[in-house]
Amino acid sequence: MVNVKVEFLGGLDAIFKKQRVHKLTLKKNNSDDEPVTVGDLIDYIVENMIEDKNDVEVFLQNGTVRAGILTLINDTDWELEGEKEYELEDGDIISFTSTLHGG
Amino acid sequence: MFTAPSDPVNVRKELKVTQLCELCHSRKAIIRRPKNLQKICKLCFFHVFETEIHETIVSNDLFYRGERVAVGASGGKDSTVLAYVLKLLNERHDYGIEIVLLSIDEGIVGYRDDSLATVKRNQQQYQLPLEIFSYQDLYDWTMDDIVETAGIRNSCTYCGVLRRQALDRGAAKLEIKHVVTGHNADDMAETVLMNILRGDVARLEKSTSIMTSSTGSPIKRSKPFKYCYQKEIVLYAHYKKLDYFSTECTYAPEAFRGTARELMKNFEAIRPSCIIDIIASGESFVLKQKMGKQNKKKIITYNDGNRCERCGYLSSNKICKACMLLEGLEKSRAQIKIQVQVPGEPQQEGPAKVLRTLERLTF
Ligand SMILES: [Zn+2]
Ligand SMILES: [Zn+2]
Repeated sequence: MVNVKVEFLGGLDAIFKKQRVHKLTLKKNNSDDEPVTVGDLIDYIVENMIEDKNDVEVFLQNGTVRAGILTLINDTDWELEGEKEYELEDGDIISFTSTLHGG
Repeated sequence: MFTAPSDPVNVRKELKVTQLCELCHSRKAIIRRPKNLQKICKLCFFHVFETEIHETIVSNDLFYRGERVAVGASGGKDSTVLAYVLKLLNERHDYGIEIVLLSIDEGIVGYRDDSLATVKRNQQQYQLPLEIFSYQDLYDWTMDDIVETAGIRNSCTYCGVLRRQALDRGAAKLEIKHVVTGHNADDMAETVLMNILRGDVARLEKSTSIMTSSTGSPIKRSKPFKYCYQKEIVLYAHYKKLDYFSTECTYAPEAFRGTARELMKNFEAIRPSCIIDIIASGESFVLKQKMGKQNKKKIITYNDGNRCERCGYLSSNKICKACMLLEGLEKSRAQIKIQVQVPGEPQQEGPAKVLRTLERLTF
């Protein structure tokens, strides 16, 4: 089980009921010890947090975060943290920022 | 109201050598630069980002001491970062320029209201003078009225022509001859790509030049972010906690540009340098064309003396582009008015408004 904070920025909150900050408690396979990865978090977001299923493609593309959305794990680009493989820890802050909208 | 992104609470105590910044070798690398794949820390990122813009400004002689410069400020991320960085560099390197924030209020309800509120906060945050001109002031039309009359499909054409002239007209009213905009490397590469896809090679020169002046305007335009990646601009705003406004304009970009953008983002994911590579390609196309001719770095100048018969705005044609568009609109507006004025129901809204509401709902 892990407690994390997720933020949707740069206009991306539009598909999450305009709520930027979400506190989540995540569990994998109902186990308290099994590590939860960023990949699991993305699955969770897609399945449980995007209200309108038509909006899924705003966030997801080919099974991963859409090109043009910046993913930061504790303010570090997720490219440097193993992307979907990164194992979440209590207190981690994951932010997704759209770079596409409105210059 | 502005809410800054949260600061991380989890800090890695032990770092592997491979996690260190490739420039200072002492702090944790937090980003990999798309330009050169270099892994760098936050402080080094600020430094290289700002320094590269400074070098762009100096090597292209963008400003002269004492020049008054208007930043086309929309409240969006690009122009917000531009205003912040220009002010910072002007102080750090003593350019001696006077910076004014120039905003245009197109009258797009719900979009421009919020973005103007952001610009007004930026004015306070950066202590820069702000001037706002409305479409109503400049053209006697709001964008909402235009869409209502012309239909949403054409709105980008109007938006493009009117917005461009609006910044020039606003600057002219302030007696400022230089407008800087937040167009970045992604925007420029996208435009190059579109021009190539359309076979519009003649436009390549203008689309890659850092400073231009359109025909009919005494105002020069420049793009200090020509070599800045959108991704780095957003990261800079994020780490500096800059207050910007981000919602898609309800009058979304035309389909062709949208597709070109999508294509570029996908290329970038595979090969991040492609954005500056496309710009470089655009630039070299121009060089080959100009062989034998003059190859001075000169800005395209306007035809002096000609003025629009309608509005007096400098124009190479008898009637300027904006007036031509508006004339067409006036005709349709008269028609729609007749259509809408049903006796007993004076407040009834036009069909275009209903159409627009529907368009909005699908976003
Ligand atoms: Zn460093
Ligand atoms: Zn005119």
